[in-house]
Order: sequence, then structure tokens, then C-alpha cells
Amino acid sequence: MSVSATYALFRKDVHSEIRTRYALNALIMFVVVAVATILFALRSDQPTSSVLAGLYWVVVFFTAMSGLSRTFVSEEERGTTMTLQLVANPSTVYFAKLIFNTVLTISLTIAVTLLYVTVFADSFVIQTMSTFLVTVILGSLGFASASTIIAAIVAKANTRGTLYPVLSFPVLVVLLMTVMAATTKALDGEPFEAALGDFQILAGYILAMTGGSYLLFDYVWKE
Amino acid sequence: MKPLSLTVTGVTKEFNRRLIFRDVSFALQPGRSIAVTGRNGSGKSTLVKIFCGLLSATRGTVTYSMNGSPIEVEAIRNHIGLVSPYLQMYDEFSGLENLEVLSRVRADKEVTSEMIGEALQTVGLWERRKDFVRTYSSGMKQRLKYAFAIVHHPEVLVLDEPTSNLDTEGISMVERCVERQRSSGLLIVATNDAEEANWCSDRLELGNARK
Repeated sequence: MSVSATYALFRKDVHSEIRTRYALNALIMFVVVAVATILFALRSDQPTSSVLAGLYWVVVFFTAMSGLSRTFVSEEERGTTMTLQLVANPSTVYFAKLIFNTVLTISLTIAVTLLYVTVFADSFVIQTMSTFLVTVILGSLGFASASTIIAAIVAKANTRGTLYPVLSFPVLVVLLMTVMAATTKALDGEPFEAALGDFQILAGYILAMTGGSYLLFDYVWKE
Repeated sequence: MKPLSLTVTGVTKEFNRRLIFRDVSFALQPGRSIAVTGRNGSGKSTLVKIFCGLLSATRGTVTYSMNGSPIEVEAIRNHIGLVSPYLQMYDEFSGLENLEVLSRVRADKEVTSEMIGEALQTVGLWERRKDFVRTYSSGMKQRLKYAFAIVHHPEVLVLDEPTSNLDTEGISMVERCVERQRSSGLLIVATNDAEEANWCSDRLELGNARK
């Protein structure tokens, strides 16, 4: 894998996204609609921190599902997959798409957090900021690593739209449970050390998912 | 340009047990060219993809050698230029941006801005280089594919349906590319057109696999 080629492909994806808004529009619309729906549903209720943490990651999960698959699906739909196969080796493509999805997921979680803090100003109060930040960063990395390989698989299928969340949920369920638990601890004001076990699970998940995806990607990408 | 040779041994391709072609074998030495012909569905484009390392053969081997040493499949893409109906450029970029971006991604082989300019002039797209590809006609898109195929001065030029969508001037441009490639490297042409097949020194007829 060449670092400069990976960076060039990542830049290509960023420029392409800025010009086409394939994923960005879907993500923004979904975040706004989902948070507004939650706001209307809760009205003046005061949900517990675990409910808010759950709803926060539900929004991130479904928003990610609506946008992250685009990295590969758009190449497949436009017929540019073969062009990429001709100029780049599979590991270059995998890591460029992984970095792009990571950046997109981190931007997404920042947007969801800002909306949550604004809309649920009374109940969504982050008391242990360090725990929340590490959770969001590791959670975003985990989301991106799992959804990148699933997107590559789904892009080759005929029923892309429905297959992506269905295929992603069992893969992401461990990640979702862990980030929800860690976020609850951040909202409840528990010390940073209380979430260390969760962080270890997240780090292990990211390593296993990225390593497994790297090994599998050659077969998914080529035929 | 370094001399490159190609050896194809017993290449067979099946899709879900459906036989496309069987036991394709030939050797191509530097300066030689081959036309792959056959009726629709005989597997010309599939064979071309196998030559370019985009598909793997069910059985058999495709080996490129430079000075007698085989080149790995992963490295061969730097030595190949492909023009194919299945190949698409990025609509949201200009012709120039497409070549710049794809050359940067193909980082193993240095492509200078002079080489990109030369390729665009060769295919007659220099004046329209800054226009988005989505505004190009189908003939101009085909010309851009040629620029993409020749920009890195490949040792192997693979043309699948080489003159589709091109006008008379475009066909002359293709003939100049073919002439230059024949004198300096390997040329593979997949076509149904007898005139295009005559560009090549050797011929491979597909289409008898199911018999």
C-alpha cells in the first residue's frame, strides 16, 4: 500500500463528495429529521441518561447507515469501480475509503452532539467530557471500520438499500451496546476510569474489524 | 519503454458453471500485437479483463515478463493502458482533473503534467480539458479514455471496441495510437470489426467453447 496513493484517493473522495453531495445531503437530512422526531416524541418528558444515550446512538447508527454505504455504492453505480481497480491496489482503496468514512462519521457525531446539546439542553448534559470524547472518537472509528467493509460487500449486491442496515446491525450490535454504556457513564458523571473496560472493548473491536476487513477486502473488491 | 512479453496458458473462464471460453493459450513477444475476435457473448471483454488483472481466470495463467522476469499481478496495472466500454471516468471532475487524480492514485509510476498535457493533445481534448466530463459527448468521453490509457506510456495497450462512438478524426487518432504502440510495446485489440482486427499481427478467435 502506498501512503501517497491512499491520500490521493481520499482527496479524490472528498472533492467528489463536495461536488456531488452523494452522502452529505443524506446525512444532514437524516440527522435533522431524526432529532426533530425525538424532540416531538419526548415533548416535556425528562428522559433518563441511559434513554438519551440510547437515542443518541440510534440517530448516529441510522444516519451512518443512510450515508456511509455511498463510498462504494456511488463508484458501483457510476461504473468507476473498474477505473479504480485499474489504478489502485485493493489495500489503497480500502484504507482511503476507511479514512473517508471515519472523517464522515466523526463529522456526523459532532453534528448530532451539537444538535442534542442545543435541543435537549436540560437533560443531555455531558458531565464527564473526557469519557464522552473518547467514546465518540472510538465509536466513530468502530462505526467506520465496520460499515466500510459492509458497504464494499453491499455495493456488489442488487438489493443495496435494504441490505446495508440489515447486514450492519448484527456486526455493530456489540459496538452499539458498548458506546451506549460508556455514554451513559459520561452523562451520569461517573469518573473516566469507570469506562476503561468499555474503551478496551471498543479498541479490540476496531482492531479486529479493521484487520479482518483488510484481509477480506481483496476478495470483495476484485470480483 | 521496457520490452514486455505476455504468455497465456490454458486460460478458462466460467461464470456460475457456465463456460465462457476454454483453454486459451498464446504468447506475445515485444513488438507483436493480437486481435481477439468472436461473436457477441464469446467472452472477448472477459478475456480482456483477465489480461488486465481485473478478473481472475477459473483455470490457467496469464504471465507478463520483463527481461525474462515475471511481473506480479499487483504491479502489472502500472504497465497497462485500457480502453473499454466498461471503463468510466468521473463525471464531476474535468478531463484534466480526471487524469491528474487518477495519475496520483497510480502513484507507482510517475506521471508529469507535461505527460498529461501531451495525452490530452494527442486525443484532441486540450481545448476542453477544464470542462466537466458530464458535459462531454460520448465521443469525447471515449477520447478521454484514450488519454487515460496512454498518459503513463504503458508497455501494454489493451483496446476493447476501440472505435466505438468516435468520428472519422477520432478513428484517425486511434490509428496513430495503435501505430505508436505497435512499434514500442504490446497491443491487444478486442473487436468484431475486420478492419480493426487487421491492425494486429496475430489473431485469436473465441466462440467455440460450448461446442
